[in-house]
Amino acid sequence: MTRIPARGSRLGTKTISFTFDGKTYEGIEGDTLASALIANGVHLMGRSFKYHRPRGAIAAGAEEPNALVNVFRDSARRQPNVRATVQEIYDGLKAESQNRFPSLAFDVGAVNNLMSPALVAGFYYKTFKWPAKAWDHVYEPFIRRAAGLGEAPTEEDPDHYANRYAHCDVVVIGGGPAGLMAAKCAADKGNSVIVCDENAAFGGWLLSDTDLRVDGMSGAEWAAAMVAELQANDNVRMLNRTTGFGYFQQNMVGLTERITDHVSRPAPDLPRERMWQVRAGRVIIAQGAIERHMVFPGNDLPGVMLAGAAQTFLNKFGVPVGERIGVYTACDTAYAAAFDLYEVGCEIPVIVDHRTEVDAQILKQAEDLGIEVIKGGHISEVTGRLRIGGIVVKSGADTEREWDVDALIMSAGWTPSLHLSSQSRAKPVWDETRGIFLPGESPQACICIGGCNGTDELADVFAQAAESVGGKAPKCKIEDDVSTSGGMSGATGDSLQKGKAFVDYQNDVTAKDIALAVREGMHSIEHVKRYTTNGMATDQGKLSNMHGLAIAADLLDKPIPQVGLTTFRAPYTPTTFGGFVGHTKGSLFDPRRKTPIHDWAAENGAEFEPVSLWDRAWYFPRRGETMHEAVDRECRTVRETAGIFDASTLGKIEVAGPDAAAFMNIMYTNGWDKLKPGRAKYGIMCREDGFIYDDGVVGKLAADRFHVTTTTGGAPRVLNHMEDYLQTEFPHMRVWLTSTTEQWATIAVQGPRAREIIKPLVKGVNLNSESLSHMSVSECEICGVPARLFRISFTGELGFEINVAADYGRSVWEAVWARAEPLGACVYGTEAMHVLRAEKGFIIVGQDTDGTVTPHDAGLSWAIAKSKPDFVGKRGLQRPDLVKAGRRQLVGLKTSDPKKVLQEGAQIVANPDQPIPMDMLGFVTSSYWSGTLKHSIAMALIEGGFDRMGEKLYVPMEDETIEVEVTGSVFYDPNGDKVND
Amino acid sequence: MLLIHCPYCEDDRPELEFANAGQAHVVRPSHMSEMSDEDFEGMFFIRDNPKGVNLERWRHIHGCGRFFNAVRHTVTDKFLKVYRAGEPRPTDAELAELLK
Amino acid sequence: MTSVAKLVRSIPLNGFRFATDAVTIEAASPAARLSIRATKRGVTSLSKSLGLTLPADPSKSSKKAGRHALWLGPDEWLVVDEKLAAEDLIPKRASREFSVVDVSHRNTAFIVSGDDAATALNAGCPRNLSLKAFPVGACSRTLFGKAEIILYRTGRTVFRVECWRSFAPYVRDLLCEGAKDVRN
Ligand SMILES: [Zn+2]
Repeated sequence: MTRIPARGSRLGTKTISFTFDGKTYEGIEGDTLASALIANGVHLMGRSFKYHRPRGAIAAGAEEPNALVNVFRDSARRQPNVRATVQEIYDGLKAESQNRFPSLAFDVGAVNNLMSPALVAGFYYKTFKWPAKAWDHVYEPFIRRAAGLGEAPTEEDPDHYANRYAHCDVVVIGGGPAGLMAAKCAADKGNSVIVCDENAAFGGWLLSDTDLRVDGMSGAEWAAAMVAELQANDNVRMLNRTTGFGYFQQNMVGLTERITDHVSRPAPDLPRERMWQVRAGRVIIAQGAIERHMVFPGNDLPGVMLAGAAQTFLNKFGVPVGERIGVYTACDTAYAAAFDLYEVGCEIPVIVDHRTEVDAQILKQAEDLGIEVIKGGHISEVTGRLRIGGIVVKSGADTEREWDVDALIMSAGWTPSLHLSSQSRAKPVWDETRGIFLPGESPQACICIGGCNGTDELADVFAQAAESVGGKAPKCKIEDDVSTSGGMSGATGDSLQKGKAFVDYQNDVTAKDIALAVREGMHSIEHVKRYTTNGMATDQGKLSNMHGLAIAADLLDKPIPQVGLTTFRAPYTPTTFGGFVGHTKGSLFDPRRKTPIHDWAAENGAEFEPVSLWDRAWYFPRRGETMHEAVDRECRTVRETAGIFDASTLGKIEVAGPDAAAFMNIMYTNGWDKLKPGRAKYGIMCREDGFIYDDGVVGKLAADRFHVTTTTGGAPRVLNHMEDYLQTEFPHMRVWLTSTTEQWATIAVQGPRAREIIKPLVKGVNLNSESLSHMSVSECEICGVPARLFRISFTGELGFEINVAADYGRSVWEAVWARAEPLGACVYGTEAMHVLRAEKGFIIVGQDTDGTVTPHDAGLSWAIAKSKPDFVGKRGLQRPDLVKAGRRQLVGLKTSDPKKVLQEGAQIVANPDQPIPMDMLGFVTSSYWSGTLKHSIAMALIEGGFDRMGEKLYVPMEDETIEVEVTGSVFYDPNGDKVND
Repeated sequence: MLLIHCPYCEDDRPELEFANAGQAHVVRPSHMSEMSDEDFEGMFFIRDNPKGVNLERWRHIHGCGRFFNAVRHTVTDKFLKVYRAGEPRPTDAELAELLK
Repeated sequence: MTSVAKLVRSIPLNGFRFATDAVTIEAASPAARLSIRATKRGVTSLSKSLGLTLPADPSKSSKKAGRHALWLGPDEWLVVDEKLAAEDLIPKRASREFSVVDVSHRNTAFIVSGDDAATALNAGCPRNLSLKAFPVGACSRTLFGKAEIILYRTGRTVFRVECWRSFAPYVRDLLCEGAKDVRN
């Protein structure tokens, strides 16, 4: 096959070598994979989805349903389902066909084609009904194997992707003649403009049309001049290889820009794609129109393609698609394609026109070139196996004639692309005379212009483009503009009865399938679509929707608008997950919050665990210690000597103002009026429904100022909850809330020698129990910096919590450690903290509660101030369900075998011998080995738990049943003497 | 992504800065503990779910931090009106006017 | 009493700097910061004691001799002082009209500057940062990727980005990603 270099408006000069299915080919700079393969005489590019039929490129652009290939650079960079008509070639490009085994030319899956009577529409619904188990073992694996197109890579994607938010006055989607003109007119008026086009070059159809003249220039020359003018304007951003894939609320459009997929050796710094989230004052949609194929038996053989595609391959890439090319059409544009091909030396043996009446001038042109035109004819059969070899044409009364061809180009007319318009919530409007849907008026600030608006003549397109941005189009002299008149939708000949006339190539849906669906009772297009899968493939029915609709409407004897149009959804073309992920991966997947003491912990061998967004030191193993041994040692050291713990992640809120106490009375179940400044209290926060929402120790610093602590994970929602009540229910209160979580580094020092450790560092308060008793707070100086020193304990030992400004956190921590270490104290992590608190029966909100636990259920009735007239949750706690007997209550569990540690979440029953499903009484919420007590301990929520003390219950596990005894939840120092030392 | 006008910032801001906060104008009575179970159910659990005009609360949580009210059309997603917390519910006549 | 040497603030990412030819990202030096909530009367008295007006209009800021007051909400301001310590700024007496909380250590800040500073920020910030929409002196709490920030434009091509200290590494990494991407 020869190139026609004079015709390649997009071709460069460099030769580029690439491989397809392991064989090396040469193409020319500017080629797509499809154009380069066709230039090498390769039309067979893939196998179809269901029947494994041989397929080639039908189209030349993004709407391509067939020529899907796997493109890869290495084992991790392996992109399936790439349209060969979009992928530009680069030196060393490796592509493979898909959905075939062992080779493209000989594919054993093609046996499906012979079995096709069993694979008709609705076959999934009919075949895979029963038994349920077969889904897991038979049907699903089968469908997954048979139905997949490409194969996803198994390795992590090594590329990176970028995200950009942008704002502009006007965004133009589509850089064809309409889009370029609109961008120019908008820019001329001083607007900021973004204009994008999915192709490598701007110009759209102009690059495929060699007849047209604008001001004496060819279409390609005019487009190049326009692009140069726009690029010179600072207010205009031109994005090529960029698809407008979605239209969202209030004029936000999503654009995906492909940056390296066409580059042989991309610079490592470059993102593979950039996602643009553009908010525009006005959106101009200039998406163009997509040509429809003709529906006739064998319309999928390689070598059969859209007339416009053939014209693009010729005029953009210099590639004639065959030597002896048949034409089958219902639209005038196919004639132009045929004439173009004729001009470069291709033989055009026949033009079969489905219409009985054809424009006389076009017929005259064909006649002048000696091309035979058969009016009112249709193709009843095609011959050939891996490439079309001939056509059988019927016309009039049973005359049947045959032609040998090596390609067939076809056109059933043009479908305006309504995708983005429809996503903007404009309702498509049916144009009866032209048989197409046109974009309706959008509720958003967007306008469709050009081909996607059904506009034909270039002069009209320019006028419309100018008008869409309130500008004026320059006067242009337009010559030899080709008309797109004509067109039809639906099946031709007797393809509803015979052969495989494909409506949807990608999902292998034939005209007969649509007919079957209608016969079986599918009367709306949504049902037909789902029953046949017409339009449900990755191309979203860009070619097939109108045909499917027309066939169904015809059989139902209803007008097309009554059968309905399926909804257009984003993305317009398949969009990579990487593009959506953007920067959000690796260290940017989520913030990993670290305390000011984190680095010290890391330097000292800590293992960390994630707690909400925080990394918290989990335990500090010494050489050779297991986690269990380390936690045991840390717990023992705290109980015997002392330990220090980084509690900086605790949420902190400063509640300040004259009404602070009144506000605290509303937000917490406890009473705050009587609490004296300098004292602290454990507070419980409920939601209005009476369930525990959060808890924490609150210090009263002054009559009008509280230092509130929250759980680590609860900090943001607690602040939101408080702000909600303050702003909307109690706006008259003079109180203000400030998050101080990160202002303070918090260092817990716990254990019998805690006082001794911190004493020399503290100035301004006496640490003895008379002046700083358990549950108090003092503003003092520690290590010479201002501090809030709490005397509180989450371990049951004598304890302090030092709060210093965060930038001093590590220095103070080191000073405390320098005192603690020589005394034999340890640092401990969150695991030891959990064990120590569980030994004392202190709950963790979110672990021992789950949003359905009241303070009463948790054994915290003492923390509810009964005399308060109101607090959030007071009324909820009176609800019938919350006061009735038999609620799940938080109790302790001791296993009869002291060594047995229960699994958190394990279910609890009274009688382990009952049949499955058993009556569950509740479940284990916390469970640990207590080295101090030398037996396992657990907490559990159990129906009527408080009345079951001493009762034996059972925890049935997969391989054993564990006997437990219900106990109180305070396992260690039940009188609480130690904290008062 | 919606673009929401904050009545405190007096500016259109991206939806990312906001959090929806449920139905607007649900009154929390001052003497809650005296409410009947039925009234409490209505106040706390039962919510409108209209197709069309919805009165809802938003918080400009990653902005000025204020809660405010909005009239939004649940079919078109259009914000017909935003107003500050504490301002009265638009009357039915006003809502009808907004829909025009 | 053990004698303790005067502690020095160690701010997160101290000394951090990353530059391309279009964007420079630097860790800002330690500063005093106050979170202010106030009634109208409180605003008047605080403006007097701080020596600069707490702006009444949304997204506006005021500045005087290295001290900045940023409007964050109708009753909320952030005051940043690059020279003094917070203790020197906080009114000694409590008031019925305002709350002043020291958040000097809660936040940390980056200075993002250069011709494409706004573009780098738009890698994660959904706001329109054109000079028309976000002029010099504009300030606002907003989002940068998954981190909440306070964005303050101090010059045509200079922004101050305040974030909570534990979000600083995330903000730094995303700023660098944004900066690397601007010219591609
Ligand atoms: Zn706001």
